[in-house]
Amino acid sequence: MKHIIIGAGPAGVIAAETLRRTDPAAEITIIGSEPEAPYSRMALPYLLAEDIAEEGTHLRHGTDHFDDLNIKVLQDRVTAVKPANKTVELASGASEQYDRLLIATGSHTTRPPIPGMDLPGIVNCWTLADGRAIADKAAAGSRVVLMGAGFIGCIVLEALAARKVQLTVVEMADRMLPRMMDETGGDMIKRWCENQGVKVLTSTKVTGIKEKDGAMTLSLGDGSAIEADLVVCATGVQPNIDFLAGSGVATDMGILVDHNLQTSVAGIYAAGDVAQGPDFSTGKQEIHAIQPTASEHGRIAALNMAGQPTNFKGSLSMNVLNTLELISSSFGLWMGVPGGERAEAVDKDGFKYLRLEFDGDVVVGALALGLTQHVGVIRGLVQTKVKLGDWKDKLLQDPHLVMDAYLERTQGIASPASRPF
Amino acid sequence: MQKSLLIDPAKCTSCLQCEMACSFEHEGVFNPAKSRIKIFEFEHGARAIPYTCTQCAEAWCMHACPVEAITKNATTGAMEVNEAVCVGCKVCTIACPFGTINYNKDTGKVIKCDLCGGDPQCAEACPTDAITYVDSSWTGYERMQEWAVKTQTHQA
Ligand SMILES: Cc1cc2nc3c(=O)[nH]c(=O)nc-3n(C[C@H](O)[C@H](O)[C@H](O)COP(=O)(O)OP(=O)(O)OC[C@H]3O[C@@H](n4cnc5c(N)ncnc54)[C@H](O)[C@@H]3O)c2cc1C
Repeated sequence: MKHIIIGAGPAGVIAAETLRRTDPAAEITIIGSEPEAPYSRMALPYLLAEDIAEEGTHLRHGTDHFDDLNIKVLQDRVTAVKPANKTVELASGASEQYDRLLIATGSHTTRPPIPGMDLPGIVNCWTLADGRAIADKAAAGSRVVLMGAGFIGCIVLEALAARKVQLTVVEMADRMLPRMMDETGGDMIKRWCENQGVKVLTSTKVTGIKEKDGAMTLSLGDGSAIEADLVVCATGVQPNIDFLAGSGVATDMGILVDHNLQTSVAGIYAAGDVAQGPDFSTGKQEIHAIQPTASEHGRIAALNMAGQPTNFKGSLSMNVLNTLELISSSFGLWMGVPGGERAEAVDKDGFKYLRLEFDGDVVVGALALGLTQHVGVIRGLVQTKVKLGDWKDKLLQDPHLVMDAYLERTQGIASPASRPF
Repeated sequence: MQKSLLIDPAKCTSCLQCEMACSFEHEGVFNPAKSRIKIFEFEHGARAIPYTCTQCAEAWCMHACPVEAITKNATTGAMEVNEAVCVGCKVCTIACPFGTINYNKDTGKVIKCDLCGGDPQCAEACPTDAITYVDSSWTGYERMQEWAVKTQTHQA
């Protein structure tokens, strides 16, 4: 059996390792287009903050890791997939034959259609090459504008601040983290950033960028302008699916996959940021471009590829973020469900916030600011649909009792009969 | 034979000796706030539950880690955090459905129970045998493990 995996990110690498464990005799090849050892994008901010060296971003640390597992890692770009003769075509002109194919190609960055967005002083923060470019240009004291305050933007914000640049954040939406935080949380994070000397402009559009003598001027929607030595663009990404044109693999925003992570073409699977798969909370097909989903997709796709039918119950949308040491997290349907109830505890001055959303007596989503201890139990509660019974009313009074509720409802110590002895 | 922590909440008097021992072993100070095992009290202290990582088979934390900073100790079976490799991204803290791996602001890394390399100090310190370190096959840990099964994102 020959498995080809396109993509050397976490989804691809975890799939390859799972395949090796499950099918010791299989032939396994990872094809990755970047000229790097397999690495984690999400470690880039720590490289920029100079917490780690480049090797610190690598997914695996042993130099012979992939050789030892007899996994071939090929540096090339896939340009086409031909299911009729089970081959992938490569930019080098070569082609590879497969029995089973996994597409784990992630996404690429996009920029808004604004005049001047192609100036050399504008960079993304997506690849290791981008990281090197930023490290090169973002010197202490330099004027840096960050476009986009979504999840990725806010992580990059933290790293840029660590480089002691003069930072301005411009976000089109009315708050920071419009898709991960509600107004209360987004506003608190904004105020927190401003308190620490970061300028944050929300409800603000960049309308054009011009360069003169190495310095850039960004025109803003309100007619004003800001100067910058470097612009970091974090306005969005799109799945890498162009090479699938004509392959018959069905796509929407990403590659549509079923509960086995299989695409519309038998024998072809997709995983990670590129896959639009079952969402645990809604049952619909969604893209969850996060590390835990890449890891779970990679593992489950591989089990299916190796002939161990494995049903994926769906990925849970969840994020954790550190913004200048203010820690926030979001889980599942944090915006709530029709007919559901909400528990909320807000301490604006103390920068603490907890919002739990219920459907009946089950927690279906949550937002938290300033919570670092036992935060994972929220995932536990959501994903195991724990019925909270009379604990629900206690949580509506005080959502901070969430850990107590979890323990009481799951450890079952109330009744001696359920104890081990 | 691999061993596990066996926790019997009925025997716990919430004396916090386990938290002190854990904090001293890992952080060099007697400070329950820095412990990796936590006592949760109910009904104003009438009942208490010692709570820590079960080193579950699913190892959510380990699989979610983007930089291979969490690995399984082949001898003890514990998932251990390699502080030199951990970047402090906290993805493991939301991936673990038991909430037993936590961010430590002082170090900028995550911390979790590592079974003290095979000599867990919480069990050593517990005066009432509410926490013991016994052969895994013995532990009645099944309840937690059952829970781990329920939390799985897939079913075979
Ligand atoms: C700065 C930053 C911070 C982040 N922080 C977090 C965080 O805190 N928490 C979190 O959960 N997630 C975070 N993420 C998101 C996380 O990194 C992604 O969800 C994860 O990398 C997805 O893994 P993947 O394997 O699906 O795709 P990727 O990691 O994008 O890997 C895709 C691979 O496919 C290759 N490829 C693409 N096209 C081709 C082709 N045609 N031929 C061959 N190879 C190809 C690429 O070169 C790459 O190797 C962050 C991302 C960034 C950029």
